[in-house]
Amino acid sequence: MSATRSVTVPGPRNTKRKRLDAPPLPGRMLTGFALFVICLVVLLPFLGIVSTSVAPTSQVNDAGGFVMWPKGLDFGAYESIFAGGVVTRALLVSVGITVVGTVISLFVSAMLAYALSRPGSYGSGFILSLVLVSLLFAPGLIPNYLVVKQFGLLDSYWALILPTALSAFNVIVMRSFFMNIPKELIESARIDGAGDFGVFLRIVLPLSKAVLAVIGLFYAVGYWNAFFNALLYINDTAKWPLQLVLRTYVINNAQLGGADLGTSSDALPPQASIQMAILVVSIVPILIVYPFLQRHFAKGVLTGAVKG
Amino acid sequence: MTKLDDRVQPAAGTRRTAPPPAPVPRRRNTWERIKRDKVLLLMGLPGVALLLGFHYLPLLGNLIAFQEYLPFVPLGRSPWVGFENFAVIFNGDPEFLGALRNTLVITLVQVVFVFPAPIILALMLNSLLSERIKKIVQSVLYLPHFLSWVIVVAVFQQILGGSGLVNNAIRAAGGDAIDFLGNPHGFIALLTSQVIWKDTGWATILFLAVLSQIDSSLYEAAKMDGASRMRQLWHVTLPGMRGIIILLLILRLGDSLTVGFEQILLQQAAVGRAASEVLDTYVYNNGVLGGQWGVAAAVGLVKGVVGVLLVLGANKLAHVFGESGVYQKESR
Repeated sequence: MSATRSVTVPGPRNTKRKRLDAPPLPGRMLTGFALFVICLVVLLPFLGIVSTSVAPTSQVNDAGGFVMWPKGLDFGAYESIFAGGVVTRALLVSVGITVVGTVISLFVSAMLAYALSRPGSYGSGFILSLVLVSLLFAPGLIPNYLVVKQFGLLDSYWALILPTALSAFNVIVMRSFFMNIPKELIESARIDGAGDFGVFLRIVLPLSKAVLAVIGLFYAVGYWNAFFNALLYINDTAKWPLQLVLRTYVINNAQLGGADLGTSSDALPPQASIQMAILVVSIVPILIVYPFLQRHFAKGVLTGAVKG
Repeated sequence: MTKLDDRVQPAAGTRRTAPPPAPVPRRRNTWERIKRDKVLLLMGLPGVALLLGFHYLPLLGNLIAFQEYLPFVPLGRSPWVGFENFAVIFNGDPEFLGALRNTLVITLVQVVFVFPAPIILALMLNSLLSERIKKIVQSVLYLPHFLSWVIVVAVFQQILGGSGLVNNAIRAAGGDAIDFLGNPHGFIALLTSQVIWKDTGWATILFLAVLSQIDSSLYEAAKMDGASRMRQLWHVTLPGMRGIIILLLILRLGDSLTVGFEQILLQQAAVGRAASEVLDTYVYNNGVLGGQWGVAAAVGLVKGVVGVLLVLGANKLAHVFGESGVYQKESR
């Protein structure tokens, strides 16, 4: 623990001072080593997952399942999950829900946040308190289910979108962002004859690309990862999103045959490889958006949480 | 134009719904203002509709806690039974008590082991000299937060499962495989290690932000006074983090009754319900799966009410400690 303290404020202007204040070498090496090990603990499982998904059949069978490094490359597992069966369909469902859901969420949240950010608009105080109070409690599981059922949304894709479409927290974050847009910009647009919606579309949205990006990505990750609502509301296996397929065939280890995958049953890659290929397919989209998320999220999270 | 206070302060830490904006002198005036703001109101409408439909309307669904719910009868027609459904709580049904106990034990264990982890990690990250290495390490450590619980549980299976990495190594070394995932006694340890793996990195964000705001002259002054590095940690760093630590700890306690629902649900089959049932899974298993809708709703309702009280109490407590709490966030 002797190494775990710091001396100066991070930031470019201090870099020189920092070296003078640097903790003693042994401590620094210890911290560095510990962090290196922690990073390995996070990363190594992924290496094994990717390796198992592409390892040749014989190697996977010999190892009894999980391999850390492939002795060759065999993409048979990917061919089988993309052959048009259960996994392909679930992937399409998940992509569809994520895209449609994110567009709806982002637009609805931004409009509400904008309406709440205009000073003195009618009813905004009341609506704002509706938003804030909703942060206080989560309606229970059973009442949620009953409402979705009453709306006739069971076994509908909308059940995976509408109940989670609006995050009150995201609305608050967006609102505080919109409130910081210089009034002069909005007023000058008004003088030029723009209405409220015009100002929103042509002034506010273009100026808020950063916050829209972060919140859009948060919504997208949420839709992509959603598991329980699908379990609760979707009985029809043909409408399952990827996370449910993942639970059934990877966690619960149900056998995926050729008929499920839409391919011939002979010479199917080992189950372990197929399972890991499904896992890879479900992780890759997160990895793709991650760098974008990361560039902004410190900002996004902090405006919401610390500054508020 | 009447200048209205749009920024009606969200009444700090109270449950009171703020009244509609200041009383308007004349009706005509209200109507004019609605007309003036009709575009804004229309823009807010979809969001408000979602909020009412999927957040406020379900509150009404709690009424079935007082009914003997018959799934194929229209919602209002089921017979009313008063507080009968609450009997499991008041009479101390063993299954319910087991779920309550598991919930509280898991919360306690996680406060002890999960809560301090990001603080330690943030201090380690903060001591890194190279900004570039720090960025890389952060990128790696934040990643698991964005994976779903389904993925995290699947990853853990690959490492700790019967044919997973660890057991393969044990067998290769001539030992007997260990049943990490199906052992009821190890279940809470398993849950805790998963939460640490998934969320510790992400949770450092707030602590790192606070660390970067500690005034560096405090460290200089401490050094002038001959404070060792350990003493600087004790007298400058930790006091600087006190506020955020207390705030987050109180918030966590306010959330005592909620523990990783999806995470536990995914792994219940392996360890059995006795060891793994928590309040949320109790509601799901008995209600949606077991058909005891009324009882499940009653337990869910009590959990929800106690949860709100805990959050409000936590917020009060935060104020007592001189922290701003959560519901003053808007006050700037």
